[in-house]
Amino acid sequence: MTAPVEVDPTITPDEVVDDVLQTAKPWVTIVWNDPVNLMSYVSYVFQKYFGYSKKVAEKLMMEVHEEGKSVVSHGTREEMERDVQAMHEYGLWATMDRQD
Amino acid sequence: MSAFQRHRRSKLIIANFTGFEADLLRSLAGQLVELLRNEAAEPRDDVDPFEAMMDFSGPTQEPEDPVLARLFPTAYPHDEEAAAEFRRFTEGTLRDGKAAAAIAIIDGLEEAGLPKELTEEGLMIDVELDQPTAETWMRSFTDLRLALATRLGVEEGDEAYWHSLSDEDPRTQAHDIYEWVGYLQETLVGALTS
Repeated sequence: MTAPVEVDPTITPDEVVDDVLQTAKPWVTIVWNDPVNLMSYVSYVFQKYFGYSKKVAEKLMMEVHEEGKSVVSHGTREEMERDVQAMHEYGLWATMDRQD
Repeated sequence: MSAFQRHRRSKLIIANFTGFEADLLRSLAGQLVELLRNEAAEPRDDVDPFEAMMDFSGPTQEPEDPVLARLFPTAYPHDEEAAAEFRRFTEGTLRDGKAAAAIAIIDGLEEAGLPKELTEEGLMIDVELDQPTAETWMRSFTDLRLALATRLGVEEGDEAYWHSLSDEDPRTQAHDIYEWVGYLQETLVGALTS
């Protein structure tokens, strides 16, 4: 669902889009591959902590495993700090960054 | 070999350990607690001396010990200052949580009948865990495996190397223990999702 956005006539459409994306979900939590954590465990953690379905959790887990990392959540800086801390609690190697 | 499973009627997560296995698990958990408590968290030394003195609320630098560095990774890889702040506010809590989880394993084994000093032969330890306790054990198994793997230098896809070492090599036994804890964790995840 979308709502109309009021556009300041002095800025370009691209800047509006950037601005909306930046303020909505500007940060991401990234989980990195490590040689230790079990695939079943990583999938369990994604389901348990983020409430993802088994299918989504396994897709993210496979991404970590095969591509070396996966963005597992988006949100404000404070939200991502909570997620990163939770991942560290579970022993997953997580970092945070600004959305590309 | 011991494995976790869900008991059909009680729904509890159960496992049977030999006295030797239970004692080994307790010793690993005990070592983790020691490590978490021993290495003092270092404040930063690259800031204003006055500021540094007033900064005692939590660690701001990555721990020197590689196991601890793995257990408490740097959250902001491109921003040293933000990483230090994050560490200051989280590492203490994380350390306490991980120590408490390892202690839960020790307590669970002792409550199930593991004596302080294992002398009796043929002793079996039957543990019965409710869901939250089983999840705590599962989390702590990760910390134990990360600790063992970091000390051993385990890397992705190196199973053949470890299996090629001779039985006399001390790393062989350590790696066997690492694999055993992995097996325990795998069966525990399976039991929790069954």
